[in-house]
Amino acid sequence: MVQPGSVGVVKPQTKHFAQTLRLTSGASIGDYTLMYETYGELNAERSNAVLICHALNASHHVAGAHAEGGNPGWWDNMIGPGKPVDTNRFFVVGVNNLGSCFGSTGPMSPDPATGKPYGARFPVVTVEDWVDAQARLADALGIVQWAAVMGGSLGGMQALSWTLRYPARLRHCVAIACTPKLSAQNIAFNEVARTAIRSDPDFYGGDYYVHGAVPKRGLAVARMIGHITYLSGDDMAEKFGRLLRTQDYAFGYGVEFEVESYLRYQGDKFAEYFDANTYLLITRALDYFDPAKEFGGDLTAALERARARFLIVSFTTDWRFPPARSREIVEALVAHDRDVTYAEIDAPHGHDAFLLEDKRYHRLVAAYFDVIQGEQRTSHAAPAARGAS
Amino acid sequence: MTLRSDLQQIAHWIAPRSAVLDLGCGDGALLAHLRDAKGCHGYGLEIADDNVLAATRLRVNVIQADLESGLRMFADDRFDTVVLSQTLQAVHRTEDILREMARVARQGVVSFPNFGHWRHALSLLAGRMPVTPEIPYQWYDTPNIHLCTLKDFEILAAKCGLRVTDRVVFAGGERVQWLPGLRATLALYRFQTR
Repeated sequence: MVQPGSVGVVKPQTKHFAQTLRLTSGASIGDYTLMYETYGELNAERSNAVLICHALNASHHVAGAHAEGGNPGWWDNMIGPGKPVDTNRFFVVGVNNLGSCFGSTGPMSPDPATGKPYGARFPVVTVEDWVDAQARLADALGIVQWAAVMGGSLGGMQALSWTLRYPARLRHCVAIACTPKLSAQNIAFNEVARTAIRSDPDFYGGDYYVHGAVPKRGLAVARMIGHITYLSGDDMAEKFGRLLRTQDYAFGYGVEFEVESYLRYQGDKFAEYFDANTYLLITRALDYFDPAKEFGGDLTAALERARARFLIVSFTTDWRFPPARSREIVEALVAHDRDVTYAEIDAPHGHDAFLLEDKRYHRLVAAYFDVIQGEQRTSHAAPAARGAS
Repeated sequence: MTLRSDLQQIAHWIAPRSAVLDLGCGDGALLAHLRDAKGCHGYGLEIADDNVLAATRLRVNVIQADLESGLRMFADDRFDTVVLSQTLQAVHRTEDILREMARVARQGVVSFPNFGHWRHALSLLAGRMPVTPEIPYQWYDTPNIHLCTLKDFEILAAKCGLRVTDRVVFAGGERVQWLPGLRATLALYRFQTR
């Protein structure tokens, strides 16, 4: 049943690209397909398009429901008719990134050179490569300039990257629970997750497809580790505390604490639908993201190219990408006199807060998109650089 | 939307097309007015969620931060004017804030409720802390921790090296000409920081 405020039943679409995509690594992909979904109507001026970029484990299925059932879109509480990103006004595009495992070309896809799944031979892709591929999808859809590119976490990195690679192709960048680069601690968590996958005997060096195997145990552990970093300590204490599933301690190593049960459930569920090579690839893309790198680590210098207006949102209990990391982005933008709105939402749910419903958060995003809508009515001018003061 | 009279006075002191920082920008009304009427560009610092939302609706560049940490993100001489409107009395490290204001802008504007108003004195004579429309809080439940009189502020401004060039005082939204120290409910100061 379609819920009120939902975009309703949606049908994923595919777009095939035959033109070679040069990757940051120097490698290239000659032929690839992107899965995407759209909601709302593109207006006659083609000025109301919003691109939603996904994070680690999500996909093109951002809002609405598939006819065959399954979960609603991963940002269904944010996107839909009357929702903060209102599909009565905006034409919203969700795209599955290259290397992911939800229909776009990735490690599970056949390598045209061999006819067998790419597996370990799928090239390492970066946030910048994703953005380049998304730009080609924009071309194909006839979208010269996005009203906004929006994402949370890794999705926010893509939105930020858009402002640097294609400064004239978006008017607004909405980056939520984001960071300009991973910390050593962030990379360390990723590496533990990858080690769990690689050390699963069913991994076969990444070529498990041809062995008919799935490194589920490794994937589940990777997900368990990741999941811990998405929640806040307080949130976990509140949800689980030291609650036991058993009457009392069983003096063994089975599942006794509620939190163990929860993590195992999350891990096992994830291992059923996610691809291990994709997990390696996406966590690596996270590690590599660092737009300041080619500017000697100077983020301010790196963001000079950005022309968009920014909405940056962080959450107080997010210890994965804490508010201080978002403030680095704000500071760099302010140094260039760029337009930026920054909100620090006091929410208890840690990094995951960007996916959850929170009145203050959703009202703010709604207000920001009202402003975008207002601008559309008054002018369709491309964003102009402000002179440095 | 008409701008409050004290904000109109502040706007009057700000040059067209200049860069402005508004500390404790509230709902962003001043910055929105300066943008629309004078072509100014600027930022507002604001801590309260509802104000951040209101300023966002006005398309103002609002940054949610407390003044102390927020000011640190701006380079020296970054702005033409820095404004601290009806916030001074709620600031913890008053002197530091004034010095930080001097660092980021050449011109400053400060407004605050005048604690030297005769009604406050009367209230104190009657043995009670004053509660008025300008400072409507009970002593045990007030954000206003650093209330001052006109003279108090002028002494601190001088100590911080701020050169006051203009002072305008209001009582109930009207300008006050005589006995400002006793009759002002709200004082506005414009100063040069060099």
